[in-house]
Amino acid sequence: MDFNDTPEEAAFRAQARVWLAANAPAHVLPEGDRLEDTDEMARGRAWQRALYDGGYAGITLSRALGGRGGTIIEQVVFAEEESRYALPKGPYISIGLGMALTVIGKHGTSEQIARFCEATLKGEITWCQLFSEPSAGSDLANLRTKAVPDGDHWVVNGQKVWSSWAHLAEWGILVVRTDPTVPKHKGLSFFVVDMKAPGVEVRPIRQISGASDFNETFLTDVRIPDTNRIGAVGDGWACCMTVLMSERIGSGSERESVAAMITYAGNTPRGPGTALDSSAVRVAMAQALAEERGEKYLQARLRTMISRGENPGALASMIKLAYASRNQKSLGLGMELRGLDALATGPADEATAKLQYEYIWSTVMRIAGGADEVLRNQIAERVLGMPGEIRTDKNVPFDQL
Amino acid sequence: MNFDLSDEQKMLAEQARGLLGERSPAERLRALIADGAEWDEPLWRELAEMGFLGAAIAEDHGGLGMTALDLGVISQELGRANASLPFFSSIVLAANALALAGSDAQKAAWLPAVASGERIGTFAYAEGPADWLALTPATRLVNGRITGTKRPVADGGIADFAVVLVDAGQGPALAVVDLDQPEVTREKLDSFDQLRAQYAISFAGAKAELLDASTGAQIISSLLDAAAVQASFEAVGGAQACLEMARLYALDRQIFGRSLASYQAIKHRLADIAVAIELALSNAYFAAWAVSEAPAELAGAAAAARLTAIAAFESAARENIQVHGGIGYTFEANCHFYYRRERTLLLSLGGREVWADRLIATVA
Repeated sequence: MDFNDTPEEAAFRAQARVWLAANAPAHVLPEGDRLEDTDEMARGRAWQRALYDGGYAGITLSRALGGRGGTIIEQVVFAEEESRYALPKGPYISIGLGMALTVIGKHGTSEQIARFCEATLKGEITWCQLFSEPSAGSDLANLRTKAVPDGDHWVVNGQKVWSSWAHLAEWGILVVRTDPTVPKHKGLSFFVVDMKAPGVEVRPIRQISGASDFNETFLTDVRIPDTNRIGAVGDGWACCMTVLMSERIGSGSERESVAAMITYAGNTPRGPGTALDSSAVRVAMAQALAEERGEKYLQARLRTMISRGENPGALASMIKLAYASRNQKSLGLGMELRGLDALATGPADEATAKLQYEYIWSTVMRIAGGADEVLRNQIAERVLGMPGEIRTDKNVPFDQL
Repeated sequence: MNFDLSDEQKMLAEQARGLLGERSPAERLRALIADGAEWDEPLWRELAEMGFLGAAIAEDHGGLGMTALDLGVISQELGRANASLPFFSSIVLAANALALAGSDAQKAAWLPAVASGERIGTFAYAEGPADWLALTPATRLVNGRITGTKRPVADGGIADFAVVLVDAGQGPALAVVDLDQPEVTREKLDSFDQLRAQYAISFAGAKAELLDASTGAQIISSLLDAAAVQASFEAVGGAQACLEMARLYALDRQIFGRSLASYQAIKHRLADIAVAIELALSNAYFAAWAVSEAPAELAGAAAAARLTAIAAFESAARENIQVHGGIGYTFEANCHFYYRRERTLLLSLGGREVWADRLIATVA
């Protein structure tokens, strides 16, 4: 066991550090006000282009697909070094790199790979994900958006939801129903869709935070050429699994946040001393910090498995499950520490405003990318070998459900 | 980065698990309790022969000179088996106290016999319920004679010697005391954990020797950090055993026409425990690695391991009985060994408040 870099990893880290020192500062986001979406995405594209030119775009992606052909540990090392800078790296980039390239690389034709991979790596094409629907969240295969063949095209009608950055993305990865007469997982097909195509309408969703990170996307008689189908007709579910598995493993350079909250508690006046004088506060904070560290070292164990070619499977779900609830709990505790200031914030109190925002956002993490309940089922079934859920929809044609 | 056990460590774990599974099954534990035995002496001899007792003791002193992580692998298996052995008292605490603070002569006098299992040590630090660790002890060492009472002292009935936390005139310090003296009296207490005996030990001017480098809180702190790492492994092993018991019972038990394990109320509970165990084990790995490779990070890492291990074992021990239902409340169902041992591990090394403060101190 060795938590330190191997000599090769240390050399890669040193190289990455030098490159970042020369290239990252020009791309660092300004502090303070949130940027306009168009501005942030433009900056994200520019940084992605710089990464591409430097040979750091798609570190684990094979060379055949235009990537670096490196190891998962190299990707982690680079992400650690990159996270020292406040760089524009939102979903507008990660959906393309983590999801679109993964599914096109695995299930796409050589023409599709040639058309999309390099342009995505360069930040020229950005992507959104068109999977979930109003009645298809955790039960994704229940989706109703349908595609009907028409010559060498498909005509798509339906509604997608929770599509981050769909309002600015050039392309979307889309799963639709192409055969309602077979059981629900079997009648799906996977496409890439030009978001500028006639009939695609993106509307922002007003969220509980007040912001609109997500959209609903309406598809009305959208014509998609069959050449934009990824994988065979009926193989949509396998394509979705490719995307969702890569989402769950993630590159994970999550910033550690609990230590900063402990520092804050130590600076928060409470009676004659500070909030950290309270044993209840210390115990709760320490428990959160201990769990955050456990997540970090579990992540390290999983990366070791992946780097050996082992599949951590549902173990990867453990980190997300642990993180999401722990994060919500510690942010809630942070608000308690701030007391009435967290109830009514002065205009200059950016730190409290940020905490309030993050507390609201923390609810998303327990739902998106595998809800807590779905992850618990996965862990119980795949790690502990417990029985699967009773399924009344299994083997029943979708149109008879 | 390679954050996994080595092949040798995996073999060591298998070896320990195999031996303990065979020699210390639940029937054996029940028999020990029925006989009023304070420990599983034949098993201790076998562990000694396997080299487990001397695993982390230096080669110069009759051990194998292995790492804290190797020892952790063994601790985890002892926790899984809930074995009735003075391993934590003698190896993790007493031997390590000697290794950390003893002079060469003191190490040479005691460690080889500990490594071979011939002599058993314990660590006498508490003086009743007020402080889990009496850092201003009433037990005093004056002119090589010790006076005072320590309680509770785990494995105090079978120990040949004790490392005792004393006031030797310059703050807390550690002294080694041969317990086979007329000035030493032992009173057996009613131990909550039926597989780990507890004693009160009184010293009325018994001969004692200060450990050379033991004065001050720092050395005691280092000893406790190292012990917290091992206790975390032991707790993880116990939690894993509880999870496995609950899982197997739920898979076997039919209720309302289907397997108990098919209900989300059970699946989700066990999934949460599985997550808590992996977090704790990951922290324990890092902390054990830090003992030798990153000493500056040990204090925080040990406390983090301890806090997550407490959480994992606590929920696993409780939910194991809950998943078993009424049968879990019977002596024959074996859940109770872990339910009691969990409190022993929690209380004997200081609970959440203690380790929360130690962790906070490393970042605040």
